[in-house]
Amino acid sequence: MTDTVTTAAAPADETRASLESMPLGKAITAGLRKAMADDPRVLLMGEDIGTLGGVFRVTEGLQAEFGTDRVIDTPLAESGIVGTAIGLAMGGFRPVCEIQFDGFIYPGFDQITSQLAKMTNRHEGDLQMPVVIRVPYGGHIGAVEHHQESPEAYFAHTAGLRVVSPSTPHDAYWMIQEAIASNDPVMFFEPKSRYWPKGEVDLSDPQAPLHASRVVRTGTEVTLLGHGAMVSVLLQAAEIAAAEGISVEVVDLRSLSPVDYGPILESVRKTGRLVVAQEAPGFVSVGSEIAATVAEKAFYSLEAPVLRVSGFDTPFPPAKLETLYLPDADRVLEAVDRALAY
Amino acid sequence: MSSTEAGRDVTTIQLLSPTGERVESDETAEFQPYVDALTDEQLQAFHRDMVLTRRFDVEAAALARQGQLALWVPSHGQEGAQIGLAHATRPQDHLFPSYREHAVALSRGIDPVDILRLLRGHTHGGWNPAEHGNFHVYTLVIGSQTLHATGFAMGLGLDGKSGSGDVEVDQAVVAFFGDGATSQGDVSEALVFAASFQTPELFFLQNNQWAISVPVSRQSRTPLVHRAGGFGIPGTQIDGNDVLASYAVSRRDLDAARTGGGPRFIEAMTYRVGAHTSSDDPTKYRTDDELQGWIARDPIARFEAYLRSRGASDQFFAGLVAEGDDLGADIRQRTLALPAPEVGLMFDHVYSEPHPLMREQKEWLARYEQSFGPAPTDAPTDGGRA
Repeated sequence: MTDTVTTAAAPADETRASLESMPLGKAITAGLRKAMADDPRVLLMGEDIGTLGGVFRVTEGLQAEFGTDRVIDTPLAESGIVGTAIGLAMGGFRPVCEIQFDGFIYPGFDQITSQLAKMTNRHEGDLQMPVVIRVPYGGHIGAVEHHQESPEAYFAHTAGLRVVSPSTPHDAYWMIQEAIASNDPVMFFEPKSRYWPKGEVDLSDPQAPLHASRVVRTGTEVTLLGHGAMVSVLLQAAEIAAAEGISVEVVDLRSLSPVDYGPILESVRKTGRLVVAQEAPGFVSVGSEIAATVAEKAFYSLEAPVLRVSGFDTPFPPAKLETLYLPDADRVLEAVDRALAY
Repeated sequence: MSSTEAGRDVTTIQLLSPTGERVESDETAEFQPYVDALTDEQLQAFHRDMVLTRRFDVEAAALARQGQLALWVPSHGQEGAQIGLAHATRPQDHLFPSYREHAVALSRGIDPVDILRLLRGHTHGGWNPAEHGNFHVYTLVIGSQTLHATGFAMGLGLDGKSGSGDVEVDQAVVAFFGDGATSQGDVSEALVFAASFQTPELFFLQNNQWAISVPVSRQSRTPLVHRAGGFGIPGTQIDGNDVLASYAVSRRDLDAARTGGGPRFIEAMTYRVGAHTSSDDPTKYRTDDELQGWIARDPIARFEAYLRSRGASDQFFAGLVAEGDDLGADIRQRTLALPAPEVGLMFDHVYSEPHPLMREQKEWLARYEQSFGPAPTDAPTDGGRA
């Protein structure tokens, strides 16, 4: 693959952090802009991403800056978007596809799981698929059906796909660039309820590679693990627990496939207790997989079974019931209490 | 009649000019008898349905602005296409809407508040089609319902419920979709199945020119009605803001389809005067000139002029305004009075028979909620820690 640049490395002569405060959505915009400026083979494609700048305005301004050949308003067809991205990647482009909402990804499911994910394997390594699929996902926005789902497990379950989800503007800025630089297909799940709160972005230092999990709050009694929008819920729960005298460590998963078990196991060996939380339904989920693996690898360190907090195993409900469906700090703390009771 | 991509070997059927005069030509001759057979009462019913739908639209948009709906999906501008089609259907027909078919919904007996329950976040459905004019529930994933419509129509054929030649008994199906949906694979597949199995079905395409911010020229470089021919399905393009054209062509096509003539296709050229939804800002992608050009072809103003030329009284139109205001007030009052949905809604209908995981999680949630003490009145949506 030509024209690949490693955007993760900071310029050697830059020693001082260059910090900028921005919302997560705009951090992705900035990351996309940087990746497009660095590599002329990077293309954006999706529904309403050009003139309108996307329904969440994540690509706002990029068509004016890079032109209609590089920021492509596609016909309304998800299978078409992903399928043609595969062909473009075969021609040496690095397409970044936007799926407008989580629940609209399924018309493209065949192209993602049966085609994109398997292409490198079928070519026995002779072909690479540097395609990124951006998916705004998750609840908390009070929207109608198909607009609040968390479908990440389907893709984590599919061999050949890398699956990541940033929780902060800083990670969003860097991880989108690292995803674009990857020669494998990357499912990039954007926690849409976190698009708007601002956070500091260090423009000079990514701080962690794409597939690293990271301790974001240290504690001693219980480890909480989650990804995307759930991380802010976990931090809120940790705050409440601290006020009640319970010391909680929080780990941001960041990468759902592959999972970086190092920091997770290290944390669990310290605290002896793990609660895994996610918005997605719990049955056959990323949280289930991690719970099983931690039970296998840290069995003798565990003081309690690994507990899971998740959306119920139902369709995402009508918006008026979403606060009941989505795990909040209370639901997490209920599990913390149970873990501590062992 | 013109549009950005029409005008190449396409005849657009128009029976009523934008100023409300009847249009007669060789091309429209076969449709005139359908209109001539309509009584003044029937014509006034067309108008009433269009006016009340627009009043509903206004009230719902206001509720959305006031934060009482998660979303509103305006139908403003498309009432002519929808009401003509709706009145062309027969009671035994089944209709598979997308999500902007409010005029058809009201015409088939759907309570507008049931539509608002969907958009207020109380339900993903809203009504039982079997009890509401065979008007099926809205589908938000673009184009998916066209395959459901086609399958249902295949079933009618298998069951002998169409094709006897008796229009009063034979059933037909309407598949609704828009210009954006024509790019979805599902829509092409529906057309393939319909043609292969010669379903008793009308594909009713409302080309409102915009798929959110993307113009129809990005979906197709050929008039969309030409697509039908490629699948072996007869297609007709109509002025979608002409309720009489929509009625007459739909009536012809539905009766042809129901009596064994196979599927038909109508492209109704219309315009989404409002935003895509209450979350959308159309000034970002389209011009005011374009908008004003379509407002000048408004289906309701045109039809009012026609009715007045036939002698409809001021009293009739004033009566509709008053009826509309009553409807708006009633919709508002009943929407704001909707009780919070029950928790059971989440668990009780995921499967048709008892399921251990549903029972376990429903019971867990009840115990969990009880652990916070006595429930306040709005307990189901209260996530606060006691």
